[in-house]
Amino acid sequence: MTHVLRVNPIACVGHGICAELLPELIEIDEWGYPIVDTRPVPPWLERETHRAVAACPVLALTLQHAERRK
Amino acid sequence: MSDTQAQRQRTTASDPPVGGSLRLLPPVQGVTERLSAHLARNGQARCRGTALVRAVGQAGLTGRGGAAFPTHVKLAAVAGASGRKAVIANGAEGEPASVKDAVLLRHVPHLVLDGLQLAAEAVDATEAYLYTGAWLTGWVRQVLAQRADDVPVTVIEAPPRFLSGQETAVVSRVSGGLSLPTFSPRRVSERGVNGAPTLVQNVETLAHLALIARHGPDWFRQLGTPAEPGTTLVTVNAGGRRTVTEVELGTALADVITAVGTAVLIGGYHGTWLPMTTALSLTLDNRALRRHHAALGAGVLAVLPRQACGLVETARVTRYLAAESAGQCGPCLNGLPRIAAAMAELAGPRPRRGTVQAVERWAGLVTGRGACHHPDGTARLVRSALTVFAVELGRHANGRCSATTHHPVLPLPRAEEMPLTDKDWL
Repeated sequence: MTHVLRVNPIACVGHGICAELLPELIEIDEWGYPIVDTRPVPPWLERETHRAVAACPVLALTLQHAERRK
Repeated sequence: MSDTQAQRQRTTASDPPVGGSLRLLPPVQGVTERLSAHLARNGQARCRGTALVRAVGQAGLTGRGGAAFPTHVKLAAVAGASGRKAVIANGAEGEPASVKDAVLLRHVPHLVLDGLQLAAEAVDATEAYLYTGAWLTGWVRQVLAQRADDVPVTVIEAPPRFLSGQETAVVSRVSGGLSLPTFSPRRVSERGVNGAPTLVQNVETLAHLALIARHGPDWFRQLGTPAEPGTTLVTVNAGGRRTVTEVELGTALADVITAVGTAVLIGGYHGTWLPMTTALSLTLDNRALRRHHAALGAGVLAVLPRQACGLVETARVTRYLAAESAGQCGPCLNGLPRIAAAMAELAGPRPRRGTVQAVERWAGLVTGRGACHHPDGTARLVRSALTVFAVELGRHANGRCSATTHHPVLPLPRAEEMPLTDKDWL
Protein backbone atom coordinates (compact mmCIF):
# COMPACT_ATOMS: atom_id res chain seq x y z
CA MET A 1 0.00 0.00 0.00
CA THR A 2 1.47 3.39 -0.94
CA HIS A 3 1.51 6.05 1.72
CA VAL A 4 1.96 9.80 1.67
CA LEU A 5 3.20 12.05 4.45
CA ARG A 6 0.94 14.78 5.67
CA VAL A 7 1.56 17.45 8.26
CA ASN A 8 -1.17 19.09 10.30
CA PRO A 9 0.05 22.70 10.03
CA ILE A 10 -2.05 23.86 12.98
CA ALA A 11 -0.66 21.24 15.34
CA CYS A 12 2.92 21.58 14.11
CA VAL A 13 5.02 23.94 16.20
CA GLY A 14 8.30 23.24 14.47
CA HIS A 15 10.16 20.89 16.81
CA GLY A 16 12.07 19.72 13.73
CA ILE A 17 12.62 16.13 14.87
CA CYS A 18 10.98 14.79 11.70
CA ALA A 19 13.54 16.50 9.46
CA GLU A 20 16.39 15.09 11.53
CA LEU A 21 15.05 11.56 11.27
CA LEU A 22 13.93 11.79 7.65
CA PRO A 23 16.00 14.39 5.78
CA GLU A 24 15.29 12.51 2.52
CA LEU A 25 11.64 13.66 2.58
CA ILE A 26 11.51 16.54 5.04
CA GLU A 27 13.44 19.79 5.12
CA ILE A 28 13.08 22.72 7.48
CA ASP A 29 12.17 26.18 6.20
CA GLU A 30 13.76 29.43 7.37
CA TRP A 31 11.25 29.68 10.22
CA GLY A 32 11.78 26.15 11.51
CA TYR A 33 8.72 24.48 10.01
CA PRO A 34 8.87 21.29 7.96
CA ILE A 35 8.50 21.21 4.19
CA VAL A 36 7.25 17.74 3.50
CA ASP A 37 7.62 15.81 0.24
CA THR A 38 4.03 14.80 -0.48
CA ARG A 39 4.80 12.28 -3.19
CA PRO A 40 4.25 8.60 -2.29
CA VAL A 41 6.83 7.41 0.23
CA PRO A 42 9.34 5.13 -1.55
CA PRO A 43 9.48 1.61 -0.11
CA TRP A 44 13.12 1.93 1.01
CA LEU A 45 12.15 4.81 3.32
CA GLU A 46 9.09 3.18 4.90
CA ARG A 47 10.93 2.34 8.16
CA GLU A 48 12.44 5.80 8.61
CA THR A 49 9.12 7.39 7.74
CA HIS A 50 7.28 5.43 10.41
CA ARG A 51 9.97 6.42 12.91
CA ALA A 52 9.62 10.10 12.03
CA VAL A 53 5.84 9.93 12.34
CA ALA A 54 6.08 8.23 15.72
CA ALA A 55 8.65 10.75 16.96
CA CYS A 56 6.55 13.89 16.41
CA PRO A 57 5.87 15.25 19.93
CA VAL A 58 2.52 16.79 18.91
CA LEU A 59 1.41 14.06 16.49
CA ALA A 60 1.31 16.56 13.64
CA LEU A 61 2.97 14.25 11.15
CA THR A 62 0.82 11.45 9.77
CA LEU A 63 0.95 8.79 7.10
CA GLN A 64 -2.07 8.41 4.90
CA HIS A 65 -3.09 6.07 2.16
CA ALA A 66 -2.29 7.80 -1.10
CA GLU A 67 -5.84 7.59 -2.43
CA ARG A 68 -7.36 9.27 0.61
CA ARG A 69 -5.44 12.45 -0.03
CA LYS A 70 -7.53 15.56 -0.13
CA MET B 1 -24.39 48.32 18.25
CA SER B 2 -27.78 46.66 18.69
CA ASP B 3 -29.36 44.69 15.88
CA THR B 4 -32.06 47.26 15.26
CA GLN B 5 -29.57 50.09 15.08
CA ALA B 6 -27.41 48.14 12.68
CA GLN B 7 -30.46 47.29 10.63
CA ARG B 8 -31.63 50.85 10.37
CA GLN B 9 -28.22 51.84 9.10
CA ARG B 10 -28.26 49.18 6.48
CA THR B 11 -31.83 49.64 5.32
CA THR B 12 -31.30 53.30 4.51
CA ALA B 13 -28.43 54.88 2.67
CA SER B 14 -25.77 52.22 3.14
CA ASP B 15 -27.40 49.50 1.05
CA PRO B 16 -25.05 49.09 -1.90
CA PRO B 17 -26.44 50.03 -5.29
CA VAL B 18 -27.61 47.27 -7.60
CA GLY B 19 -26.45 47.55 -11.18
CA GLY B 20 -28.48 44.90 -12.93
CA SER B 21 -30.69 41.87 -12.43
CA LEU B 22 -31.53 38.80 -14.45
CA ARG B 23 -32.86 36.04 -12.23
CA LEU B 24 -31.94 36.38 -8.59
CA LEU B 25 -32.71 40.00 -7.99
CA PRO B 26 -36.21 41.36 -8.67
CA PRO B 27 -36.69 43.94 -11.42
CA VAL B 28 -37.73 46.56 -8.90
CA GLN B 29 -34.66 47.29 -6.82
CA GLY B 30 -33.91 48.96 -3.56
CA VAL B 31 -36.74 47.22 -1.76
CA THR B 32 -36.99 43.85 -0.11
CA GLU B 33 -39.07 41.35 -1.98
CA ARG B 34 -41.82 40.31 0.41
CA LEU B 35 -42.94 36.70 0.69
CA SER B 36 -46.08 37.30 -1.42
CA ALA B 37 -44.11 39.09 -4.14
CA HIS B 38 -41.46 36.38 -4.05
CA LEU B 39 -44.07 33.65 -4.53
CA ALA B 40 -45.82 35.63 -7.26
CA ARG B 41 -42.54 36.11 -9.15
CA ASN B 42 -40.96 32.73 -8.61
CA GLY B 43 -43.85 30.35 -7.89
CA GLN B 44 -43.54 27.19 -5.83
CA ALA B 45 -40.73 24.66 -6.02
CA ARG B 46 -41.72 21.70 -8.19
CA CYS B 47 -38.59 19.59 -7.96
CA ARG B 48 -37.50 18.43 -4.52
CA GLY B 49 -35.54 15.81 -2.63
CA THR B 50 -33.23 13.45 -4.52
CA ALA B 51 -34.73 14.64 -7.83
CA LEU B 52 -33.45 18.11 -6.96
CA VAL B 53 -29.93 16.77 -6.37
CA ARG B 54 -30.07 15.29 -9.89
CA ALA B 55 -31.50 18.51 -11.34
CA VAL B 56 -28.76 20.60 -9.74
CA GLY B 57 -26.19 18.23 -11.29
CA GLN B 58 -27.83 18.53 -14.73
CA ALA B 59 -27.95 22.30 -14.33
CA GLY B 60 -24.22 22.36 -13.67
CA LEU B 61 -24.54 24.72 -10.72
CA THR B 62 -21.26 25.47 -8.97
CA GLY B 63 -20.61 27.16 -5.63
CA ARG B 64 -20.76 30.94 -5.76
CA GLY B 65 -18.76 31.47 -2.58
CA GLY B 66 -15.41 31.35 -4.34
CA ALA B 67 -14.31 27.78 -4.94
CA ALA B 68 -16.80 27.04 -7.78
CA PHE B 69 -17.13 23.45 -6.56
CA PRO B 70 -19.97 21.45 -8.20
CA THR B 71 -22.95 21.89 -5.88
CA HIS B 72 -24.55 18.51 -6.56
CA VAL B 73 -21.39 16.67 -5.47
CA LYS B 74 -21.64 18.22 -2.01
CA LEU B 75 -25.40 17.63 -1.93
CA ALA B 76 -24.94 13.97 -2.90
CA ALA B 77 -22.17 13.46 -0.33
CA VAL B 78 -24.32 14.70 2.55
CA ALA B 79 -27.47 13.02 1.20
CA GLY B 80 -25.57 9.72 1.19
CA ALA B 81 -24.42 10.07 4.80
CA SER B 82 -26.50 8.68 7.62
CA GLY B 83 -27.60 9.98 11.01
CA ARG B 84 -28.16 13.55 12.14
CA LYS B 85 -27.27 16.06 9.40
CA ALA B 86 -26.98 19.83 9.09
CA VAL B 87 -27.11 22.49 6.39
CA ILE B 88 -25.49 25.92 6.63
CA ALA B 89 -26.27 28.90 4.43
CA ASN B 90 -22.99 30.77 4.36
CA GLY B 91 -23.44 34.52 4.14
CA ALA B 92 -20.33 35.50 6.09
CA GLU B 93 -18.86 37.45 3.17
CA GLY B 94 -15.62 38.34 4.95
CA GLU B 95 -14.22 39.83 1.77
CA PRO B 96 -14.31 43.64 2.21
CA ALA B 97 -14.66 44.20 -1.54
CA SER B 98 -17.73 41.96 -1.81
CA VAL B 99 -21.29 42.88 -0.88
CA LYS B 100 -23.26 40.55 -3.13
CA ASP B 101 -24.32 38.20 -0.32
CA ALA B 102 -25.55 41.13 1.76
CA VAL B 103 -27.47 42.48 -1.23
CA LEU B 104 -29.03 39.07 -1.78
CA LEU B 105 -30.08 38.73 1.86
CA ARG B 106 -31.45 42.27 1.90
CA HIS B 107 -33.33 42.11 -1.41
CA VAL B 108 -34.45 38.49 -1.80
CA PRO B 109 -34.16 36.81 1.60
CA HIS B 110 -37.03 34.44 0.82
CA LEU B 111 -35.25 33.05 -2.23
CA VAL B 112 -32.19 32.27 -0.09
CA LEU B 113 -34.28 30.80 2.72
CA ASP B 114 -36.25 28.67 0.21
CA GLY B 115 -32.93 27.38 -1.08
CA LEU B 116 -31.85 26.53 2.45
CA GLN B 117 -35.08 24.58 3.09
CA LEU B 118 -34.88 22.77 -0.26
CA ALA B 119 -31.24 21.86 0.34
CA ALA B 120 -32.06 20.61 3.86
CA GLU B 121 -34.88 18.49 2.47
CA ALA B 122 -32.70 17.16 -0.37
CA VAL B 123 -29.98 15.92 1.99
CA ASP B 124 -32.45 14.94 4.73
CA ALA B 125 -31.01 17.39 7.29
CA THR B 126 -32.90 18.25 10.44
CA GLU B 127 -30.79 21.27 11.39
CA ALA B 128 -30.39 24.43 9.34
CA TYR B 129 -28.26 27.48 10.03
CA LEU B 130 -27.87 30.85 8.46
CA TYR B 131 -24.47 32.36 9.14
CA THR B 132 -24.03 36.05 8.45
CA GLY B 133 -22.62 39.34 9.71
CA ALA B 134 -23.91 41.18 12.78
CA TRP B 135 -25.71 43.85 10.74
CA LEU B 136 -27.87 41.19 9.04
CA THR B 137 -28.67 38.70 11.82
CA GLY B 138 -31.59 40.70 13.24
CA TRP B 139 -32.95 41.29 9.78
CA VAL B 140 -32.82 37.60 8.84
CA ARG B 141 -34.54 36.63 12.12
CA GLN B 142 -37.34 39.07 11.26
CA VAL B 143 -37.77 37.50 7.84
CA LEU B 144 -37.68 33.98 9.28
CA ALA B 145 -40.50 34.89 11.66
CA GLN B 146 -42.75 35.50 8.64
CA ARG B 147 -42.19 32.00 7.29
CA ALA B 148 -43.47 28.55 8.20
CA ASP B 149 -40.40 26.45 7.47
CA ASP B 150 -40.26 22.69 8.01
CA VAL B 151 -36.65 22.73 9.18
CA PRO B 152 -36.05 25.31 11.90
CA VAL B 153 -33.30 27.80 11.03
CA THR B 154 -30.85 29.10 13.63
CA VAL B 155 -29.17 32.41 12.80
CA ILE B 156 -25.51 32.52 13.81
CA GLU B 157 -23.43 35.68 13.78
CA ALA B 158 -20.29 35.64 11.64
CA PRO B 159 -17.51 37.79 13.07
CA PRO B 160 -16.12 40.42 10.68
CA ARG B 161 -13.04 38.41 9.82
CA PHE B 162 -11.69 37.84 6.31
CA LEU B 163 -11.61 34.09 6.98
CA SER B 164 -14.91 33.71 8.83
CA GLY B 165 -16.59 32.29 5.73
CA GLN B 166 -13.94 29.61 5.19
CA GLU B 167 -15.82 26.31 5.26
CA THR B 168 -14.14 24.74 8.31
CA ALA B 169 -14.23 28.08 10.16
CA VAL B 170 -17.98 28.26 9.49
CA VAL B 171 -18.50 24.78 10.88
CA SER B 172 -16.35 25.59 13.91
CA ARG B 173 -18.33 28.78 14.69
CA VAL B 174 -21.71 27.11 14.15
CA SER B 175 -20.56 24.32 16.48
CA GLY B 176 -19.99 26.95 19.16
CA GLY B 177 -16.26 27.50 18.71
CA LEU B 178 -14.16 30.29 17.21
CA SER B 179 -14.51 31.00 13.51
CA LEU B 180 -11.02 29.70 12.84
CA PRO B 181 -10.13 27.24 10.10
CA THR B 182 -9.54 23.73 11.37
CA PHE B 183 -7.50 20.84 10.05
CA SER B 184 -9.08 17.48 9.56
CA PRO B 185 -8.58 14.66 7.11
CA ARG B 186 -12.39 14.33 7.07
CA ARG B 187 -14.48 16.69 4.97
CA VAL B 188 -17.30 18.64 6.59
CA SER B 189 -19.72 16.57 4.48
CA GLU B 190 -18.53 13.61 6.57
CA ARG B 191 -17.98 15.37 9.88
CA GLY B 192 -19.24 18.90 10.30
CA VAL B 193 -21.37 20.72 12.87
CA ASN B 194 -20.78 18.92 16.18
CA GLY B 195 -19.78 15.84 14.21
CA ALA B 196 -22.85 15.72 11.95
CA PRO B 197 -22.37 15.46 8.17
CA THR B 198 -22.83 19.03 7.02
CA LEU B 199 -23.63 20.83 3.79
CA VAL B 200 -22.13 24.32 3.65
CA GLN B 201 -23.36 26.41 0.73
CA ASN B 202 -22.95 30.07 -0.06
CA VAL B 203 -26.25 31.99 0.12
CA GLU B 204 -26.12 32.82 -3.60
CA THR B 205 -25.66 29.15 -4.46
CA LEU B 206 -28.80 28.37 -2.43
CA ALA B 207 -30.74 31.08 -4.25
CA HIS B 208 -29.78 29.54 -7.60
CA LEU B 209 -30.78 26.11 -6.23
CA ALA B 210 -34.19 27.50 -5.26
CA LEU B 211 -34.69 28.69 -8.84
CA ILE B 212 -33.56 25.37 -10.33
CA ALA B 213 -36.16 23.65 -8.09
CA ARG B 214 -38.79 25.84 -9.78
CA HIS B 215 -37.70 26.09 -13.39
CA GLY B 216 -35.46 23.07 -13.95
CA PRO B 217 -31.93 22.51 -15.29
CA ASP B 218 -32.71 23.34 -18.94
CA TRP B 219 -33.98 26.75 -17.94
CA PHE B 220 -30.85 27.28 -15.81
CA ARG B 221 -28.63 26.48 -18.80
CA GLN B 222 -30.34 29.02 -21.05
CA LEU B 223 -27.90 31.60 -19.72
CA GLY B 224 -24.16 31.26 -19.21
CA THR B 225 -21.73 29.01 -21.09
CA PRO B 226 -22.05 25.23 -21.61
CA ALA B 227 -19.10 24.67 -19.23
CA GLU B 228 -20.27 27.26 -16.70
CA PRO B 229 -24.02 27.69 -16.94
CA GLY B 230 -26.20 30.28 -15.27
CA THR B 231 -25.72 33.73 -13.90
CA THR B 232 -23.58 35.06 -11.11
CA LEU B 233 -23.52 38.10 -8.89
CA VAL B 234 -20.48 40.32 -9.10
CA THR B 235 -19.43 43.25 -6.94
CA VAL B 236 -17.80 45.90 -9.09
CA ASN B 237 -15.53 48.21 -7.08
CA ALA B 238 -14.96 51.40 -9.02
CA GLY B 239 -14.96 55.09 -8.26
CA GLY B 240 -15.20 54.46 -4.53
CA ARG B 241 -18.46 52.53 -4.91
CA ARG B 242 -19.35 48.86 -4.69
CA THR B 243 -22.09 47.94 -7.15
CA VAL B 244 -23.68 44.51 -7.26
CA THR B 245 -24.70 43.25 -10.69
CA GLU B 246 -26.09 39.94 -11.87
CA VAL B 247 -24.42 38.81 -15.09
CA GLU B 248 -24.37 35.73 -17.28
CA LEU B 249 -21.23 33.67 -16.95
CA GLY B 250 -19.31 34.28 -20.16
CA THR B 251 -20.28 37.95 -20.38
CA ALA B 252 -17.61 40.17 -21.90
CA LEU B 253 -15.71 41.84 -19.05
CA ALA B 254 -15.79 45.03 -21.13
CA ASP B 255 -19.58 45.06 -20.59
CA VAL B 256 -19.19 44.69 -16.83
CA ILE B 257 -16.30 47.08 -16.27
CA THR B 258 -17.16 50.52 -17.57
CA ALA B 259 -14.85 52.55 -15.33
CA VAL B 260 -11.50 53.78 -16.63
CA GLY B 261 -8.37 52.38 -15.03
CA THR B 262 -5.00 50.72 -15.52
CA ALA B 263 -5.61 47.31 -13.95
CA VAL B 264 -8.38 45.14 -12.51
CA LEU B 265 -8.24 42.92 -9.45
CA ILE B 266 -10.27 39.81 -10.24
CA GLY B 267 -11.60 37.43 -7.61
CA GLY B 268 -11.03 39.55 -4.50
CA TYR B 269 -8.11 39.83 -2.12
CA HIS B 270 -7.07 36.25 -2.79
CA GLY B 271 -7.34 37.08 -6.47
CA THR B 272 -5.26 38.21 -9.38
CA TRP B 273 -4.38 41.56 -10.88
CA LEU B 274 -4.71 41.82 -14.64
CA PRO B 275 -3.76 44.78 -16.82
CA MET B 276 -6.92 46.60 -17.92
CA THR B 277 -6.25 45.85 -21.60
CA THR B 278 -6.01 42.11 -20.86
CA ALA B 279 -9.11 42.13 -18.66
CA LEU B 280 -11.20 43.93 -21.25
CA SER B 281 -10.41 41.25 -23.83
CA LEU B 282 -11.70 38.44 -21.61
CA THR B 283 -15.04 36.96 -20.69
CA LEU B 284 -16.30 36.54 -17.16
CA ASP B 285 -15.93 32.79 -16.62
CA ASN B 286 -13.29 30.61 -15.03
CA ARG B 287 -12.34 28.90 -18.28
CA ALA B 288 -11.29 32.24 -19.80
CA LEU B 289 -9.79 33.61 -16.61
CA ARG B 290 -7.80 30.46 -15.84
CA ARG B 291 -5.61 31.02 -18.91
CA HIS B 292 -4.48 34.21 -17.21
CA HIS B 293 -4.03 32.49 -13.82
CA ALA B 294 -7.13 34.26 -12.54
CA ALA B 295 -10.43 32.99 -11.16
CA LEU B 296 -13.81 34.54 -10.54
CA GLY B 297 -13.74 33.70 -6.83
CA ALA B 298 -16.76 35.24 -5.13
CA GLY B 299 -17.23 37.68 -8.02
CA VAL B 300 -15.17 40.67 -6.93
CA LEU B 301 -13.91 43.04 -9.61
CA ALA B 302 -11.92 46.07 -8.50
CA VAL B 303 -10.72 48.75 -10.86
CA LEU B 304 -7.40 50.50 -10.22
CA PRO B 305 -7.86 54.09 -11.35
CA ARG B 306 -5.15 55.90 -13.30
CA GLN B 307 -4.22 58.15 -10.37
CA ALA B 308 -3.52 55.24 -8.00
CA CYS B 309 -0.47 52.99 -7.61
CA GLY B 310 -1.02 49.23 -7.81
CA LEU B 311 1.93 48.54 -5.51
CA VAL B 312 0.57 50.86 -2.82
CA GLU B 313 -2.86 49.24 -3.05
CA THR B 314 -1.45 45.72 -2.96
CA ALA B 315 0.73 46.61 0.03
CA ARG B 316 -2.35 47.92 1.88
CA VAL B 317 -4.29 44.73 1.17
CA THR B 318 -1.36 42.47 2.01
CA ARG B 319 -0.93 44.14 5.39
CA TYR B 320 -4.63 43.52 6.01
CA LEU B 321 -4.37 39.86 4.93
CA ALA B 322 -1.37 39.33 7.23
CA ALA B 323 -3.32 40.84 10.13
CA GLU B 324 -6.31 38.63 9.29
CA SER B 325 -4.25 35.43 9.33
CA ALA B 326 -5.62 33.12 11.97
CA GLY B 327 -2.00 32.69 13.06
CA GLN B 328 -2.42 28.97 13.52
CA CYS B 329 0.02 27.66 10.94
CA GLY B 330 3.73 28.44 11.16
CA PRO B 331 4.37 29.34 7.51
CA CYS B 332 1.37 31.74 7.38
CA LEU B 333 2.14 33.25 10.80
CA ASN B 334 5.77 33.88 9.83
CA GLY B 335 5.50 34.41 6.11
CA LEU B 336 2.58 36.81 5.69
CA PRO B 337 3.94 39.63 7.90
CA ARG B 338 7.29 39.36 6.07
CA ILE B 339 5.57 39.48 2.68
CA ALA B 340 3.48 42.45 3.87
CA ALA B 341 6.54 44.35 5.12
CA ALA B 342 8.39 43.68 1.87
CA MET B 343 5.38 44.82 -0.18
CA ALA B 344 5.25 48.01 1.89
CA GLU B 345 8.90 48.58 1.09
CA LEU B 346 8.27 48.00 -2.63
CA ALA B 347 5.37 50.45 -2.47
CA GLY B 348 7.70 53.16 -1.17
CA PRO B 349 10.65 54.93 -2.78
CA ARG B 350 13.94 53.12 -3.47
CA PRO B 351 13.30 49.72 -1.88
CA ARG B 352 16.38 47.69 -1.07
CA ARG B 353 17.71 45.41 -3.81
CA GLY B 354 16.52 41.85 -3.51
CA THR B 355 13.14 42.73 -1.99
CA VAL B 356 11.22 41.47 -5.03
CA GLN B 357 13.15 38.19 -4.87
CA ALA B 358 12.40 37.91 -1.15
CA VAL B 359 8.67 38.31 -1.79
CA GLU B 360 8.83 35.70 -4.52
CA ARG B 361 10.69 33.26 -2.27
CA TRP B 362 8.29 33.75 0.66
CA ALA B 363 5.27 33.49 -1.64
CA GLY B 364 6.57 30.13 -2.78
CA LEU B 365 7.37 29.09 0.76
CA VAL B 366 3.89 29.75 2.21
CA THR B 367 1.89 28.28 -0.68
CA GLY B 368 0.14 25.01 0.11
CA ARG B 369 1.34 24.97 3.70
CA GLY B 370 -1.65 26.23 5.65
CA ALA B 371 -4.72 24.44 6.97
CA CYS B 372 -6.71 26.79 4.73
CA HIS B 373 -5.87 28.62 1.51
CA HIS B 374 -5.13 31.98 3.12
CA PRO B 375 -1.37 31.82 2.48
CA ASP B 376 -1.97 30.55 -1.09
CA GLY B 377 -4.41 33.35 -1.86
CA THR B 378 -2.13 36.01 -0.41
CA ALA B 379 0.81 34.65 -2.42
CA ARG B 380 -1.33 34.70 -5.58
CA LEU B 381 -2.23 38.35 -5.05
CA VAL B 382 1.33 39.59 -4.48
CA ARG B 383 2.78 37.53 -7.33
CA SER B 384 0.26 38.96 -9.77
CA ALA B 385 1.07 42.46 -8.47
CA LEU B 386 4.80 41.94 -9.07
CA THR B 387 4.02 40.86 -12.64
CA VAL B 388 1.34 43.40 -13.58
CA PHE B 389 3.04 46.33 -11.88
CA ALA B 390 6.58 45.49 -13.08
CA VAL B 391 6.99 48.91 -14.73
CA GLU B 392 5.86 50.60 -11.54
CA LEU B 393 8.46 48.58 -9.58
CA GLY B 394 11.10 50.16 -11.82
CA ARG B 395 9.76 53.64 -11.10
CA HIS B 396 9.85 53.01 -7.37
CA ALA B 397 13.44 51.75 -7.69
CA ASN B 398 14.25 55.21 -9.05
CA GLY B 399 12.40 56.91 -6.23
CA ARG B 400 9.29 57.75 -8.22
CA CYS B 401 5.66 56.64 -8.08
CA SER B 402 2.93 57.15 -10.66
CA ALA B 403 0.25 57.81 -8.07
CA THR B 404 -1.13 61.34 -8.08
CA THR B 405 -3.26 60.84 -5.00
CA HIS B 406 -2.86 59.08 -1.68
CA HIS B 407 -6.56 58.43 -1.45
CA PRO B 408 -6.95 54.68 -0.81
CA VAL B 409 -8.84 52.76 -3.46
CA LEU B 410 -9.58 49.21 -2.32
CA PRO B 411 -12.03 48.97 0.60
CA LEU B 412 -10.51 47.82 3.89
CA PRO B 413 -11.62 47.90 7.52
CA ARG B 414 -9.80 50.31 9.79
CA ALA B 415 -6.60 49.11 11.46
CA GLU B 416 -8.26 49.05 14.91
CA GLU B 417 -10.75 46.47 13.63
CA MET B 418 -8.03 43.87 13.04
CA PRO B 419 -8.21 40.76 15.25
CA LEU B 420 -6.15 40.71 18.45
CA THR B 421 -7.72 38.21 20.82
CA ASP B 422 -9.92 35.12 20.64
CA LYS B 423 -13.10 37.13 21.13
CA ASP B 424 -12.46 38.81 17.77
CA TRP B 425 -13.14 35.42 16.19
CA LEU B 426 -16.50 34.96 17.90
